[in-house]
Amino acid sequence: MEGQLAHIGAGIAGLGTGIAALGVGNVAANFLAGALRNPSAAASQTATLFIGIAFAEALGIFSFLVALLLMFAV
Amino acid sequence: MASEAHGAEQGGLEFHPMDQFLVKPLFGGDHIGLFTITNVTLWMALAVIAVVAMMVVGTRRRAIIPSRGQSIGELAYGFIYKMVEDVAGKDAVKFFPYIMTLFMFIVMANFLGLLPMSFTTTSHFAVTIGLALLVFVTVTVVGFVKNGAAFLGLFWVSSAPLALRPVLAIIEVISYFVRPVSHSIRLAGNVMAGHAVIKVFAGFAAIAVVSPVSIVAITAMYGLEVLVAFIQAYVFTILTCVYLKDALHPSH
Repeated sequence: MEGQLAHIGAGIAGLGTGIAALGVGNVAANFLAGALRNPSAAASQTATLFIGIAFAEALGIFSFLVALLLMFAV
Repeated sequence: MASEAHGAEQGGLEFHPMDQFLVKPLFGGDHIGLFTITNVTLWMALAVIAVVAMMVVGTRRRAIIPSRGQSIGELAYGFIYKMVEDVAGKDAVKFFPYIMTLFMFIVMANFLGLLPMSFTTTSHFAVTIGLALLVFVTVTVVGFVKNGAAFLGLFWVSSAPLALRPVLAIIEVISYFVRPVSHSIRLAGNVMAGHAVIKVFAGFAAIAVVSPVSIVAITAMYGLEVLVAFIQAYVFTILTCVYLKDALHPSH
């Protein structure tokens, strides 16, 4: 029973990665919107784009980690 | 993580998608000690050899009109040098060899992991947490050596209202100490998840009805993984630069 509950918990934790995808998409979409308004400034901001994506992604990766822990460690 | 072999009876697939991450001793036996040569050792050594071959042997002739190998070496050098200068500042250039080493090792380990039947060392948290902890310790030591107690100003957000600052300080301290965790898990998680997805599609390829779809999906995922292999190495390196900038200039 407990093992099955852990699997359900892993599934719920997996939702977090999907929500993090919304955040990453938001970062990229806003970058693209800004870049199309001022294409000459876009190239200098790609590093900032990747840093933003990385920070948004980190929290999704945490929930992925929780899912993994529930699947294999608990 | 996947320390034991999962039998076929566990799921419907021919093989478990996590089986590719098993650490096995190369020369027989089941016991894995501290100095056992495993497939991780082999593929890490191959990554180092690949970096040396590209950066040392490839650029040995130093021709004015560079060969293909030399151009790639120069491109990588210039790319990382510019990144360190832009993100971490001019005085961070003395850390350039370390950051270049990190980038080349991770990118080579990622790309070697994409070869069929190979082993992806960066998919293991044990490997990436080693890299991330080294960055964390380096950044902390450099911060205290350069700025002394003023480095603690990193946690005291002087631009915020006074009443909020203790709360922000707690959040900043937590986010500082969670850095090595997120730094390592981002790399390992991305690489591992991608490889596991490819293996899941490969398992579906055994079913005749869906095999054309799954083979196309494997190809598409593989293309995405080539991109991810580079981008995750880039993200790891650029975050190292960001942390280094925090250590050299801790004021908010």
